[in-house]
Order: sequence, then structure tokens, then C-alpha cells
Amino acid sequence: MAYIDLPKELPGIRGPMAFRPETAKPLNALAEVLLRDDNNTLTRGERELIATYVSSLNDCFFCQNAHGGIAQHYLQCDMQFIDAVKKDYVAMPISDKLKSLLSIAASVQKGGKYVTAEQIEYAKAEGATDKEIHDTVLIAAAFCMFNRYVDGLGTWAPQDREIYVQRGARRAEEGYIDFDLYK
Amino acid sequence: MAHIQVPESVPGIRSLVLFRPETGKPLYDLAQVLLRGESPLTEAERELIAAYVSHRNDCMFCMSSHAAAARCLYGDEKNTVDEVLEDMQQSNVSDKLKSLLHIAGKVQVLGKEVMPADIEAAKNLGANDREIHDTVLIAATFCMFNRYVDGLASLTPTEPEVYAAMGQRLAEKGYVTPQQTT
Repeated sequence: MAYIDLPKELPGIRGPMAFRPETAKPLNALAEVLLRDDNNTLTRGERELIATYVSSLNDCFFCQNAHGGIAQHYLQCDMQFIDAVKKDYVAMPISDKLKSLLSIAASVQKGGKYVTAEQIEYAKAEGATDKEIHDTVLIAAAFCMFNRYVDGLGTWAPQDREIYVQRGARRAEEGYIDFDLYK
Repeated sequence: MAHIQVPESVPGIRSLVLFRPETGKPLYDLAQVLLRGESPLTEAERELIAAYVSHRNDCMFCMSSHAAAARCLYGDEKNTVDEVLEDMQQSNVSDKLKSLLHIAGKVQVLGKEVMPADIEAAKNLGANDREIHDTVLIAATFCMFNRYVDGLASLTPTEPEVYAAMGQRLAEKGYVTPQQTT
């Protein structure tokens, strides 16, 4: 049971969002522009993968599965692939540029000051643009917020991970703005 | 120097918002509703929570600017801010506010660190659900802002008077999204 009186049927972040719609609005607007806006050279799949990875480092079950499900949809991969990225992305068949960005995201998860000039140089050498580095840092930072919001209020999360895969396709289609929290 | 090419001589988050206004807008909207919107916590208390979390995250820019805003809002009791930053448990804030700051400190470490006993203690001291919600979200939000500002190595002024002016502006005008002046 959540720490405050939230609508009982809503899992994860949907409870606090229904509790306080005024803050939900900019939170969802931020998620939409960061993760879903197509005016971006990082694919939606890459951005959702960064969100998933940071959420797993923060040990947030709801967020890592919700965004893992969306990433799975965009990347057309299976759950094993997402789990393997979380475990050891360096060993995975993803681009060196994406690996360099995941390394920056992992540093941000620990604290802003952990990001080194060498990490940034390496990402740039692999072809990352300033905007891609910016968005990686902000996605990682934003999930250090979302994860804490979800777990800090003791919200509940469905334990069947397949549920998130099904919902992932739907969130990909509907986006983060103007969706019905109760459906 | 910042890790990416942001406008020179613009400090902290303002430089990042000018670099990417599309994400800047929801970030400033969030700060405004969370720190200035309707809430059972005063604006001064909310700025204090923001400064406390930024202090724990060792983010000099956010800690200094929000501490300055909190000092302005506390007025005659502005010493409260420095007392809390120095030693929260020994400070002269109410036991209820201490229990909320304690929760904010847990959130700063990680969401899962918040225990039912922490919430119970705050409720026993009179904290309601909205106050607990706002405390958790302010703490979580500053875990984002602090990482954003330091993760991109944005310009951090060292002069106290620069922050005093920022605090004054934040206390009087709130969070107005910075615009590029041409």
C-alpha cells in the first residue's frame, strides 16, 4: 500500500499523477519532449533504453519495466535483450556511440559530478553531438527523479513483467500527454 | 567550461535552458507549480527542502540559489536556512518540518530508502498526505536538477552576491523560463 492515500487501482507513477494533476502536467510534458519528440537524432528506442538502464541502476521495478516494455516495442527486441543491456551493455551488439552515452548516463545516476571530461570526449569521438549528450544527461537526471517519486511514495507495481510489454506498445502509440491515467 | 556549447557567461540551469528551450519549459513549469503553486507548505519551507537536498547532492549552484531564495522568503528568520544546512536535527525548525526534511534526505539517497516508519513519524507530527507528497516530489526533482546542472558542468558562480540577487529574483518573480535576448 502506498504511503499516502492514492487511487488504489493505479500502479506506479499513475497514482501520484492522479493525486496531483498540477505537477503531473509538466512531468508528462517533459517525458514527451525528451523521450518521444521525433525532432531528435537519438531514436525513441535509444532514449527509452537510457531511461530503462538508469531505472534499473536505481532499482525501480516499475520504471525499468514500464520503459523496458516501451524500448522493447521500439527496438523490436525481446525481454532478454533489454535485461542483457541492463546487466552488461558493453557486451551487447549496440553502437559504440550508444555505449558511450550509457556510460555517461550511469555516471549521472551516481551524481552529476561523476561525469568526466574523458567520458564526454569519448562520446564526441564516437560521433555524439552536444544535443545528444545534453539529452542523455537530462534523461538520466529525469529518471533519477521519476524513480524516486515512484518508490519514495511506496507505490505498488504489477509483478508480472509481461503486462509491461503489452502496455509498452500502447504507451508508444498514445504518448505521455493526454492519456487516461485510469485506462 | 561546460561539457557542451551553451551560451557563455550564463550560469547554471539558465544556460542549459537556453541551449534547449523545448525541455526548459516543462522544467520551469514544474519548478513553478511545485515551489510556488498552492500547497500546505509555505514557499519558504519548500525552498528550504530544495536547498537541503541540493546541499546533500553537493550541487553548489542549486544549493546557493535556493538557499538564497529561502533566506529572502524567511525574512527575519533567515538564519533558519543556515542552521538547517549546517545541522538539520539541531536547527530551530518545527518537529514536523524536521520529519519532512528527514524524508527528503532519504529520497536524496534513493526512493526505496523511505521507510513506513519515516512516514508514520511525519504523520504523527501532523504532516498530511499533500505535504508528504510535495516533500517527496521536491526532493526527487532536485535530484534531477542537481544532476542536470553538474552533469553538464554548467557555469557555477562563486560570489555570494550573485546568489543573493538570484534568490531575490526567485522570491519575487518565481520561476520564469529564461529567454534568449538578442
